[in-house]
Amino acid sequence: MNSPAKASKTRDIDIQGTRLTEALTETWKTPPGIWGALTTVDHKIIGRRYIFTAFIFLALGGVLAALMRIQLAQPEARLLGADRYNQIFTMHGANMMFLFAVPVMEAVAVYLVPLMVGTRNIAFPRLNAFSYWIYLAGGALLWIAFALDMGPDVGWFAYVPLSGPQYAAGKRADIWAQMITFTEVSALAVAVEMVVTIFKQRAPGMTLDRIPVFVWAMLVTSFLIIMAMPAIMVASTSLILDRLVGTHFFNPAEGGDVLLWQHLFWFFGHPEVYIIFLPAAGMVSTMMEPFARRPAFGYLGLVMALIATGILAFGLWVHHMFVTGLPRLGESFFTASSMAIAIPAGVQIFCWLATLWDGKPVFKTPLLFIIGFFVTFVIGGLTGVMVASVPFDTQVHDTYFVVAHFHYVLVGGAVFPLLGAIHYWFPKLTGRMMSETLGQWSFWLIITGFNATFFPMHILGLEGMPRRIYTYQPDLPWHALNLFASLSSIVLTAGFLLYFINVIRSARAGEVASDNPWDAPTLEWATTSPPPSYNFAMIPVVTSLHPLWDSRDALLVADGLRTDRRELVVTSLNTAEPQAREASPRNSIWPLLTAIATSIMLIWSIFTPWAVVWGSIPIAVALIGWFWPKGTPEDEA
Amino acid sequence: MRERIVLHLGELPLHGMGMQSTTWWGTLAFMLIEGTGFALAIAVYLYLMSLATTWPINAPPPDLLPGTLVTLILLVSLVPNILISRWAAQQDLRKVRIALVFMSIFGITPLIVRIFEFPALRISWDTNAYGSAIWLLLGLHTTHIITDLADTLVLAALMFTSHGQNRRRFGDVQDNAMYWNFVVVAWLPIYGCIYWLARL
Amino acid sequence: SNWQSALDVHGTSAISLKHLILLIVAVCSLVWMLVMVGLIWALWHRREGRPTPPQAGRERHMTIAVTGAVIVTVVIIGTFTVISFFATRGLSVAGQDDLTIRVRGLQWWWGLEYIGPDPALRFETANEIHIPVGRNVRLKLEGLDVIHSFWVPSLAGKQDLIPGRSNELVIRAEKAGVYRGQCAEYCGMQHAHMALLVIAESQENFDRWANAERNAAAQPVEEEAAAGMQTFLTKPCAACHTIRGTIAAGTTGPDLTHVGSRRTIAAGLFETTRGSLAAWIADPQTIKPGNNMPMVPLTPDELRAVSAYMASLK
Ligand code: HEA
Ligand code: HEA
Ligand code: HEC
Ligand code: CUA
Ligand SMILES: [Cu+2]
Repeated sequence: MNSPAKASKTRDIDIQGTRLTEALTETWKTPPGIWGALTTVDHKIIGRRYIFTAFIFLALGGVLAALMRIQLAQPEARLLGADRYNQIFTMHGANMMFLFAVPVMEAVAVYLVPLMVGTRNIAFPRLNAFSYWIYLAGGALLWIAFALDMGPDVGWFAYVPLSGPQYAAGKRADIWAQMITFTEVSALAVAVEMVVTIFKQRAPGMTLDRIPVFVWAMLVTSFLIIMAMPAIMVASTSLILDRLVGTHFFNPAEGGDVLLWQHLFWFFGHPEVYIIFLPAAGMVSTMMEPFARRPAFGYLGLVMALIATGILAFGLWVHHMFVTGLPRLGESFFTASSMAIAIPAGVQIFCWLATLWDGKPVFKTPLLFIIGFFVTFVIGGLTGVMVASVPFDTQVHDTYFVVAHFHYVLVGGAVFPLLGAIHYWFPKLTGRMMSETLGQWSFWLIITGFNATFFPMHILGLEGMPRRIYTYQPDLPWHALNLFASLSSIVLTAGFLLYFINVIRSARAGEVASDNPWDAPTLEWATTSPPPSYNFAMIPVVTSLHPLWDSRDALLVADGLRTDRRELVVTSLNTAEPQAREASPRNSIWPLLTAIATSIMLIWSIFTPWAVVWGSIPIAVALIGWFWPKGTPEDEA
Repeated sequence: MRERIVLHLGELPLHGMGMQSTTWWGTLAFMLIEGTGFALAIAVYLYLMSLATTWPINAPPPDLLPGTLVTLILLVSLVPNILISRWAAQQDLRKVRIALVFMSIFGITPLIVRIFEFPALRISWDTNAYGSAIWLLLGLHTTHIITDLADTLVLAALMFTSHGQNRRRFGDVQDNAMYWNFVVVAWLPIYGCIYWLARL
Repeated sequence: SNWQSALDVHGTSAISLKHLILLIVAVCSLVWMLVMVGLIWALWHRREGRPTPPQAGRERHMTIAVTGAVIVTVVIIGTFTVISFFATRGLSVAGQDDLTIRVRGLQWWWGLEYIGPDPALRFETANEIHIPVGRNVRLKLEGLDVIHSFWVPSLAGKQDLIPGRSNELVIRAEKAGVYRGQCAEYCGMQHAHMALLVIAESQENFDRWANAERNAAAQPVEEEAAAGMQTFLTKPCAACHTIRGTIAAGTTGPDLTHVGSRRTIAAGLFETTRGSLAAWIADPQTIKPGNNMPMVPLTPDELRAVSAYMASLK
């Protein structure tokens, strides 16, 4: 394993060239083989793993979507029964939101943010490893339960009383609630790492106004996670308590309340959609620069828009509850606040358009996905503004109109930028370029397939088709549009399939990438593709928002760090003045063991409350193992 | 890419204390998460209260004695807690060790009194929503005392080993003390809700 | 036919909602087109040669353009907010409604009770609401098990039926006709099959219908139906269903006093015919899996008799 060279306190000043990189490699490397894979705390390895897993869940969720589309292509189809269909749409929604969309954004950030801020590893790398394992366990729990016909069937927001003790027999609703716990724990862990990495580990000189917009987006997103996820933890815990030990939080007969669930869920659920969207917006801002060949117009406006969206996000939750009979005047307030989101969204759109206008666009696949994002997301955003109107929403709430709205914003607003981002950062992730030809083909298939699948759903909703129905009768006029949507989803699926093929082929045999193939201005492109385990041989020093554009001849760096100890620089919060040469933990098996102990406790507690008592003991043991000093150079202070 | 050295970091300390340290910010972030959790649990209580025609629902208000006792113990514990933080900043290992023993005791006593606090609520969690809400509040806070106590105990053991004489560990002691302050401060609104709102 | 559509509207609320919807959609479509024009222009008009660094003059033009666009955005959403507010106020026409119906949502059918000032005039029915054209009808919405949502798009927007809470919705049909509605809140296994019909008719027809509904069930005249009645009353059926005028007084299932006169059975699943009744009674779980009516074992003769009896309950 790691051999801590205790005696020699080597500095990077003393050695140069290959000897320096060899020494750093020795200190920072992840040993090959299974042990290395299980113990690594390298944010790049974990980030890649995270992204890969999230895409597996996208594919699985997509297969469920295909099943739903086949079922709905014909009235009274018999492919899926009511029970199976209900499990499938719940699985599709829960999987896409909790196992794909939120984690994938964090995954990309886990990989990129430390590189973009010019540090050597994420803050709390072991927590990062733990968070991945917990996420994997939560995903496995959900899908194994589904395979055993125990998949949740209560919808992705699991309204009570349908999910309560009286109407949801068996363990299906508990699986949903506990899967939430897993994914929330992992999301919260990553959020804390993000905040601290961005606050304290930025390269010297990276003042607040020199932070790349994607990093800003992740900072705001992380605060959204920190403030919003506790709500769903309180909600799912109360639900489990109602189901397991007979509390009455949601039981109106004993003083509980059904709408309490909805308030708690959406107090989380609305910010959740911006947890998905803001990183995507950050990706667009960041990718815009190399492809428009100029700095993004209106940096301050873009950052302020992110922050404003983050704050407003907490004042909108009631717009999911417009037909529950809350007081009308109160509801109007939520109409106003929901519509107000159009302002920061508009600021971003207009700034991007200005950037493109003044720039010299390079029509490569990532830019195509950004254009696709414009076309689609604006439709989704505008339908969002429509449903934000209370009277409008009374007609379209819980219909396919809303299904269309949220796929336009989720797929058009978040998945399209993500696909562009993967294409863009692929050389950094793997050292190889993705195929441009396949990339363009997949783009055209996806954008046509997507719009043809989901646009008709607006009309279906207005024509009275409710969502979450496993079939419909032939005398209703919905057949033609449903058939059309289902056929179009074949095109969409083909596009995704082609994209995946491109990824797999390019990872194996793509053109080898240079350090900075797109001539991009941010720090992740200053190191090799893929980066070494220690990211940067010397910590970069930043003097502008676009370090690689503004100093083209050489990268400004700092020296003085030790090579025998995992060392990185801690800087001050707003001006990024260097403060300490902080240690970064070594590889460890304890995060995995802690994750296993935690998973056992959480799954066991579906069956008996005592699991919390007995299951906590191994967790405590594992945590002590995790934190107990091991006498490595990293303990020095 | 070629590199040009423009800054020397060799003189920086190997570990920053307080706001310079990443663990300090990490602790703060976790406090923000849990603080939001407490706030929401209190919001649940107030929400159910606003819907009920009478409050408490079909139960007498909780017995004041054990809860008030816990409050007093927690408040008194702030004194050694602030001291321990100061001594840790001065890196005075002997004093820190003694204070950690005290803080362990200050972690255990409220837990013992709390055993009597649950029956003093005078209602079970499965009687009605009022019962559920106050058991949730009390349970949530109790888990925080337990986790911080476990942390304190492990830290106390650690400081008595050879690992103790280390700036990094003194930082851990400071962070632990900060977290205990949070556990105490978070209790006050909960105490107000459980014991005094039910008496209005 | 579009008998369940927010675009084919015949109710006072639905008509004004449709105007609002069309207006907002039109403005938003225009906004989208403007953004697309901006996008195409931005991509089209690229200067030749190497990219030039940002220039103060162009930056100022861009700032002005972006600010202007944001101001337009503010004006549009401000207008939307205001018209939404007034549209909502316009809908809540409580007025002096003399017809009030309790609508109870159950997994997966609708229980209806016509209530009024005179208790003697009250009566119960299920899954089919009759209303007089041109009059406000007040619906008191109650969820008895889980949350359901009452939605007849051609007449009005939807409103949830929530256990432990009571909601209200006022509907008014402007034109006689049959309007279909469907539960809009996911309520479990058979959420897809929880439809209802609203039949708007002239005041005379409505009164005639209401008077007939108020009556107890007619005694069967045919022999087969009489035998069916016997079977019904001796088998478990009576434990769940009410047939006024007999000893059957169960409340788990829909009131069957006049089931034969309703257009559909099992919450919109089938048209009411002797055949469909027989099919339903013979095996409700295959036809509507998971619903709360069990299969009651009957001999073929009993089945024929019971369905004859059901069909005779006009
Ligand atoms: C990435 C995810 C995402 C995003 C970004 C959004 C963005 C928005 N959403 Fe959406 N929403 C969802 C995901 C998302 N939503 C999901 C998943 C659901 C359903 C959950 C469920 O029920 O299962 C939902 C449901 C939902 C509802 C509830 C509907 C219902 O259940 O009946 C509402 C109601 O107000 C709403 C509103 C909005 C608004 C106002 C925005 C705004 O942020 C949009 C702002 C953007 C623009 C407006 C476009 C760009 C702006 C301009 C070009 C400027 C010019 C604009 C104007 C002049 C108006 N959303
Ligand atoms: C980010 C989130 C996300 C994404 C990406 C999608 C993607 C898709 N969704 Fe989803 N959807 C939701 C989030 C999402 N959805 C949510 C939250 C709900 C609400 C659930 C609820 O009501 O509870 C919902 C509900 C929902 C419904 C409504 C169900 C109902 O109410 O009854 C429908 C119906 O058409 C649908 C369809 C689709 C389709 C066709 C896609 C397509 O875009 C999918 C395209 C992708 C693929 C087809 C994958 C392609 C890959 C392969 C085929 C892989 C081959 C395998 C390997 C290489 C391993 N979705
Ligand atoms: C355990 C309760 C139960 C028993 C026993 C029962 N039913 Fe039902 N019945 C129901 C329920 C619940 C429904 C509504 C089902 C739905 O639409 O989801 C129903 C619906 C019906 C309907 C359709 C009513 C309508 O308006 O749509 C008919 C007719 C009917 N039952 C007849 C019978 C007969 C005949 C028997 C005996 C052979 C019987 N039921 C036994 C519970 C019961
Ligand atoms: Cu009742 Cu859906
Ligand atoms: Cu929302």
